Amino acid sequence: MSPATNGPAVASPLMPGPGTAGTWPGRQSPAGGGLPRLLPPAGQPGGDLAAHLGRHGPVPYRGEAARLIPEVRAAGLTGRGGAAFPVHRKLEAVAAAGQGRAIVVGNAAEGEPASHKDEALLRLAPHLVLDGLQLAAEAVGAARAVLYVRRDVHAGTRLEEKMTQRYGRGLDRLAVEVVPAPARFLAGEESALASLVSGGAAVPRFTPPRVFERGVDGRPTLVQNVETLAHLALIARYGPGWFRAAGTPDEPGTMLCTLHQADGSATVAEAAFGTPLADLVSLSSATAVLVGGYHGAWIPAAQASRLRLTNAMLRPLGAFTGAGVLAALPADRCGLVETARVARYLALESAGQCGPCLNGLPAVAAALAELAGLASEGGRGGGRRPDSRVVSDLIRWAGLVEGRGACHHPDGTVRFIGSALRVFEAEVREHQRGRCGAGSSPPFLPVPAGPSTDADWS
Amino acid sequence: MTTRVQVNPIACSGHGLCAELLPELITLDEWGYPVIADQPVPARLAREARRAVTDCPALALRIAEAW
Amino acid sequence: MSGITSSTALWYASRATGVVSLVLLSAVMIIGILVNRQGRLPGLPRFAVLGLHRNLSLLAVVFVVMHVITAIADSFVSISLAAAIIPFVSAYEPLWLGLGAVSLDLMAALIVTSLLRRYIGRRAWRAVHWLAYASWPVAVVHSIGSSKDLQNGAMLGLAMTCILAVLGALAWRLARARASVPRARRVPDLVALQDSQRLMRAGRP
Repeated sequence: MSPATNGPAVASPLMPGPGTAGTWPGRQSPAGGGLPRLLPPAGQPGGDLAAHLGRHGPVPYRGEAARLIPEVRAAGLTGRGGAAFPVHRKLEAVAAAGQGRAIVVGNAAEGEPASHKDEALLRLAPHLVLDGLQLAAEAVGAARAVLYVRRDVHAGTRLEEKMTQRYGRGLDRLAVEVVPAPARFLAGEESALASLVSGGAAVPRFTPPRVFERGVDGRPTLVQNVETLAHLALIARYGPGWFRAAGTPDEPGTMLCTLHQADGSATVAEAAFGTPLADLVSLSSATAVLVGGYHGAWIPAAQASRLRLTNAMLRPLGAFTGAGVLAALPADRCGLVETARVARYLALESAGQCGPCLNGLPAVAAALAELAGLASEGGRGGGRRPDSRVVSDLIRWAGLVEGRGACHHPDGTVRFIGSALRVFEAEVREHQRGRCGAGSSPPFLPVPAGPSTDADWS
Repeated sequence: MTTRVQVNPIACSGHGLCAELLPELITLDEWGYPVIADQPVPARLAREARRAVTDCPALALRIAEAW
Repeated sequence: MSGITSSTALWYASRATGVVSLVLLSAVMIIGILVNRQGRLPGLPRFAVLGLHRNLSLLAVVFVVMHVITAIADSFVSISLAAAIIPFVSAYEPLWLGLGAVSLDLMAALIVTSLLRRYIGRRAWRAVHWLAYASWPVAVVHSIGSSKDLQNGAMLGLAMTCILAVLGALAWRLARARASVPRARRVPDLVALQDSQRLMRAGRP
């Protein structure tokens, strides 16, 4: 299969092209490789059930548990929540452990502040997500289905209404329960999700056992990002061949990306794997690009212009596609200051359960803030020179924190900060002399404001 | 077969007995939490390792065996 | 003659081992509180404080068992094995001895779960270990209620000392607990603390 060379699309019309024969009787698949796949065509209202049924037809149940899994394996679908874990392996694991008692959860916690794709999907294509949830439930023999949605997103979409419509039409075999999630960075972490749905706080638990063995209420639990479920719903209709018509042989398909341009605008777009990064974010007016969100890594703009949206190209640079966050840092901002602001947010988002993270992240964030010249509320401080040991302190604490938590929050934070120290090396030297070369200082990377309280974990 | 000492960082509250009992493999960071060397437990330290696991007041340690 | 002498001897042994048990159990409580709150004893490494807690508790068990056996064996008063284990079935002083049986049963649970703690898991072990806060006061009430020795003079002073020492340790524990915040809540304060510490340090040339 040749990699798709179609560019990213935001609700652009389906491109004509050679079609792959639909695997679902009577239904023509969308043109092979054509975009968009998940997002509806331009001009179509999002979330309309009739339009969805007209475009895709009813839920293509297989009639038997596990029937769908080989097709998912053939399609090579990986998770779109950030970890990119092969979906068929998760399905197999839960199906085996479940014995008919499994629980499936669609994860729309979207704890990453710079990501809006899950929200966009729930607004524009909720029925694909809900189809995928039903198909995943059938595949693993689940007895219960849950949609885990960030509280403010839940308030903005009319999910229960749509579910009632579907249930009324007999589309859904399992009633779906919506569980509101707190707007916390770690709320979407697998074990935190299982903890909250079980009635506890949305904080990570020590693993093993992983949630596919013991998750919600101690039962085998399948946790999939809502975008993954949407892709699943399309693969079930149009087949693995169709899915592979876009993307690369090793990384097939498309993914939703949240693109933060240097002019401050943010959009959600669907792009095939292998798309050049320069086609996604405008690199001409940027110094660097943040790839993979706040647990990802910075890449210099010049280098990014030669890269494509694939883990094969990004992993060697310490980055990854993750949940599709791409942010192009404008030339008039300082990457060190932006990183320091985000680092303080990440420290505040620690669940506070593990000593090294609880103690180490605030220390790292404070050291970075001192280096960046941030005053305590995140504004710019006076031109005081940071302590000469700041960078060595930073590096020491980063080393102490990495890998010593129950979840990957400290690791991701260290990865993010480490990449900033590398990519913004020149800025680090300037700041050590008490100077900053950036002209403008309003925050560029989105950081939620406001203090958090204990109650915010539930 | 190799054995390793692993810590549950959520259960661990920094008592620090493990570092006293198995200083060859466990040191305490500046906040009092154990840093466990990423190497298998040598046979001569097997008894001390088991004792560290049993004596941890928070039961936060365990011996993991791998082939 | 000899029967009365040996009986009296056993009865005295029971009373004596009872007193020693009370002192040992009080010490075990105090050291247990120290371990929990990560307190230290001067000159002792942490594992030694824990070791002291364990060894004293096993020693206490030995004395409690001797206390119970001598009480049963002695024929001065009639105390059956059942009365020692099953609360409130004794013909002699059913209330005070019953409390002793309660305390003994709780102690048995504490010891068994602690010996098996690696296998029963953290939560189960902790849940049972809390019963120590029931077992010790019940033992104290049993001691004072069933023994004329402890109700007068120097022995009363000894009993009071044990009680005050444990209450003191408990007060220390509660004060420490109120001052310490659950870990999850400490995050925003720690971030703010680090910020202010660095700002203060930056003030120095």
